[in-house]
Amino acid sequence: MTKLFAPTALIVALSLPAHAVQPAEGETLADSQTYTYWLLDAIKSLDPAKNTDVEGSDVLRQLFEGLMNEDATGAMVPGVAETHQESEDGLTYTFTLRDAKWSNGDPVTAGDFVYAWRRVVNPDTASEYAWFLELMNVANATRIIAGELPPDQLGVRAIDDRTLEVTLSTRTPYFLKTLSHATTFPVPQAVVERLGDAWTQPGNLVGNGAFVLESHNLGVDITLAKNPEYWDAANVALDTVRGVTVNDNNVALTRYLAGELDRVQIPAGQYPRLSQDYPDQAVSIPYACSYAYVFNLSDKGPEALKDVRVRQALSLGLNRDIIVDQVLQGGQKPAYSWTHWAIEGFQSPDADIAGMTQPERTEKAAALLAEAGYGPDSPLALTLQYNTDENHKKLAIAAQQFWKPLGVNITLNNVEWKVHTDRMQSQDFDMARYAWCADYNEASPFLDWFRTDGYNSGKWSNAEYDALMAHSKTAPDTAPLYKRAEEILAEEVPAVFVYHYAKVDMLNPAIKGIPTQNVTNSWYAKGLYRIAE
Amino acid sequence: MAMFILRRLAVAIPTLLALIVLSFLLMHMAPGGPFTQERALPPQVLANLNAKYGLDDPLWRQIWNYVHGIVVHFDFGPSFVYPDRTVNQLIAAGFPVTLTYGTLAFAAAVIVGVTLGTIAAIRHNTWLDYLAVGVSIGAQVLPNFVMAPLLVLVLTLWMGWLPGGGWSFSDPSFWIMPVIALSTSYMASIARITRSSMLEVLGGNHIRTARAKGMPERRVILRHALRPAMLPVISYLGPVFVSMITGSVVIDIYFSTGGIGKAFVDSALNRDYAVMMGVTILVGALTILFNLLVDILYAWIDPRIRY
Amino acid sequence: MIEPQKMQALADRMAEVRGRSPWADARRRFLRNRAAMAGMAILILVALFAAFGDRIAVWSNEELDFSVMGQIATLGAPSLDNGHYFGTDDLGRDLFARTVQGTQVSLLVGIVGAGIAVIVGTIYGAVAGYAGGRTDQVMMRAVDILMSVPYMFVLILLLVMFGRSMSMLFLGIGLISWLDMSRIVRGQTLSLKHREFIEAARATGVPAWRIIARHIVPNLLGVVAVYATLLVPLMILTESFISFLGLGVQEPLTSWGALISEGAGTMGYGTLWQLVFPLFFFVVTLFGFFFVGDGLRDALDPKDR
Repeated sequence: MTKLFAPTALIVALSLPAHAVQPAEGETLADSQTYTYWLLDAIKSLDPAKNTDVEGSDVLRQLFEGLMNEDATGAMVPGVAETHQESEDGLTYTFTLRDAKWSNGDPVTAGDFVYAWRRVVNPDTASEYAWFLELMNVANATRIIAGELPPDQLGVRAIDDRTLEVTLSTRTPYFLKTLSHATTFPVPQAVVERLGDAWTQPGNLVGNGAFVLESHNLGVDITLAKNPEYWDAANVALDTVRGVTVNDNNVALTRYLAGELDRVQIPAGQYPRLSQDYPDQAVSIPYACSYAYVFNLSDKGPEALKDVRVRQALSLGLNRDIIVDQVLQGGQKPAYSWTHWAIEGFQSPDADIAGMTQPERTEKAAALLAEAGYGPDSPLALTLQYNTDENHKKLAIAAQQFWKPLGVNITLNNVEWKVHTDRMQSQDFDMARYAWCADYNEASPFLDWFRTDGYNSGKWSNAEYDALMAHSKTAPDTAPLYKRAEEILAEEVPAVFVYHYAKVDMLNPAIKGIPTQNVTNSWYAKGLYRIAE
Repeated sequence: MAMFILRRLAVAIPTLLALIVLSFLLMHMAPGGPFTQERALPPQVLANLNAKYGLDDPLWRQIWNYVHGIVVHFDFGPSFVYPDRTVNQLIAAGFPVTLTYGTLAFAAAVIVGVTLGTIAAIRHNTWLDYLAVGVSIGAQVLPNFVMAPLLVLVLTLWMGWLPGGGWSFSDPSFWIMPVIALSTSYMASIARITRSSMLEVLGGNHIRTARAKGMPERRVILRHALRPAMLPVISYLGPVFVSMITGSVVIDIYFSTGGIGKAFVDSALNRDYAVMMGVTILVGALTILFNLLVDILYAWIDPRIRY
Repeated sequence: MIEPQKMQALADRMAEVRGRSPWADARRRFLRNRAAMAGMAILILVALFAAFGDRIAVWSNEELDFSVMGQIATLGAPSLDNGHYFGTDDLGRDLFARTVQGTQVSLLVGIVGAGIAVIVGTIYGAVAGYAGGRTDQVMMRAVDILMSVPYMFVLILLLVMFGRSMSMLFLGIGLISWLDMSRIVRGQTLSLKHREFIEAARATGVPAWRIIARHIVPNLLGVVAVYATLLVPLMILTESFISFLGLGVQEPLTSWGALISEGAGTMGYGTLWQLVFPLFFFVVTLFGFFFVGDGLRDALDPKDR
């Protein structure tokens, strides 16, 4: 494994302005400035208010530009907002917008942001990501979504064309980090109102990003071309960005090797071989997502799991090293915490389990299970539910085999995604596979999940934990709070944390400027360039 | 004959209605809905969504509205999962693709299959016959989800001859692999049916007579044997065309053609009710149409048949 | 791929020769058919493999072999030394044991599915034909309607809706193909209904179901046998497609379709045995069924050669 992470503060200090695209010494730009990347599936929507997935966000980040962007390390840098001011009480942010244009030549105004944000919370839009403005704590968002207030009561207003003021309902330390999210992007009011739902089609779509939409064949490919109206167009090197859908990861890899794609995900287990054969192309980058088996601790859950010793034993008995080193084999890390290890400011909890060897863990697991009254002679029967996917299947099979010698008999239940989600949300499972990604580089998106009122589909509840998380929202120094929260999770084991993700890709060495230190893996095509080979 | 066609078309309408109701109910009985997602939506957002798409109406009302929309406006509704598109747009984008490679595959399967089968029958019990039979059974049982990635591996990566996927109406190089992958197993079936049916016909009296009169063998085959030998092939073709469209999901997955086969499977898995219904109706209508066409063709080839 | 005309011709013949057993002739013809005999031998071998393969297997179908895990391409190859005769899958599970088990599932799905189709088709057709009149009209109209349902779609919906299970698979797959069978049986029933021996049975008060079971169905045994034999490979093919879509049987159970689909995914990664062994069994078995089915048909209906 290459060394991927230097201390974050150092990187921020050294980071270049995000827009400076220059070949390094000895590099010459290729004549054809194109970048073709892999999409697993069709892009669902190009409307910032309606997009819900990562692939959609990746395209929207090129077509539109929000108040803030992320640089190669994930730090926030100015986007459309040139500067911003925070009020004393932290409840009001004032942004001064730069002189930017839409791709049809109209100026980007504060009013476009106001219109876009109101549109997201407007019940008529029925945005699936309306909750994001609640997460941002924009004043009145919750009540507008509920239909109790009209959308124009949202805490955002245009003081003039170049000045945007946002009012929050409560102090929100992470507020600025949410501003690079696609849901917050501006939309051109005149175009949207004129064309309705059809405004995102090729030929109609007007954006303020570095690229414009050239064509979009749903489920086939999407092509973006450089936007000459973009304020920083002089520093954009690429002419064309193409996303190509290949539904089968193995075929996608074949096509990468045939030179049809510049970037593709490596299928599980193939990283060692590929990094040997193509050392300059196989890369593994930490990715802020964590994988877990969640226990159902609600009334509908199995009695045995309510015993913390059983949960601890299951956690101890799962051989994460084998999962990471011999199944996934792509630079993922074993998880003994819910927060991804690479998250900014993360301090690993003082948990015994991380320091033990696997034989020690297994031994302890057997002892705990025996105490709880289970063992090979009186086996514990549980069902492990996972959604249809080759990798989830492999891990579930491995987990089943790790637990079997302890006297835990696991029945595997493979269901499709919708059924999986539905059952989890109605507490109709024993143990279920789950993964969670951070929307921004902070521990709270992870830790909030286990709050009593969080998504927390296992219905674990702990008063101290809730208090810690509530306190963390306004506390100046959150690190000790997060660490304590992780310790509670380690003691209480509401879920078996399995591994921390890495994004494992084949990357054409001619493509430069791909961020390798941003744990949310947001990327901006305006920062990329292709060198001559 | 006209009466027969009319009667069949009259039956088609209640059939389609029954199909709509059946799929609608099955779909709604399945757990989860179009907006079930990882981050459970706040109840208010969910309520807004359901209201927008009319999912809060009673089921009978939804079915009624749906059918009403189709009959009156030919509007199959909005996609729930692709909010930028309507079902009409999705089908208009995907169906021509499926139809293009489906028709080509169909034609390839018929032409090659019939030729292969005929040659095998003429050269009955020679090595050519055995080869044709062996190859066609082999091709018939090789699943296309093995064939498709194999084609990409060989023709794209190793040979570099063809693009590994994607679609273009103007560039036939994108069509070749989908057509090969889709047609082989049907080609093989057609070859086998042709062979055995041809053997049967060639053993018949009128062929013996024709040969006895000294008619050249080529003419015997083309003029007298082929036409009756085609009957079983034709009755096989109706279902084939439709199952090609259903089976095209494999093609769509491996070659990213953007056809409707994958759209259907995705819509069923995503609970994209309207898209699923739209594709089901389309394929149901095609099935009815092709069964009818086969019957007509059949009557045309074999004048003894009267409806 | 089962041609209705041929089946009809066969059914006609089976009804004609009532009273003089066609079976002795047929057996002779069948035994002389080399392709059919080869098919029979293949099927017997595959059945033996499915039945007794477990006894030869060193590993179970779910154990992970930690000594090869993670280095499948180099250590997981077929080997007599470590007992992985067919190599291992990506997790280090023994492919021999898994192929044995997949063979069991696929054969079961094929045979039970075909069985359901034949039973439903026979009963439905016989009832419609025997009842006649309006009932017959309605029942056959229903078959016409069902013929225009895109079945694969309905099957996917059923599996999505009721979750995947063996019984759903049997039912769904079996429900696909009884329609042709029901038409053939109905036609035959209609023509037999007015024969003297049936009239006689009816006059002596034999109940309708017994007439169907005793006098009509036996006349169709040949068609049923041929139909079923040719249906099994189609059911196996259908199952493989369902497995490819990820809607097949639950792990650790597997099937040919699931194994082949997994193997096809990794064919470019130097673990070709993961594809070759299951595919071999799949292909030869389907060959076997086709040969035997064709042979049976030719034997029972000798005008076709």
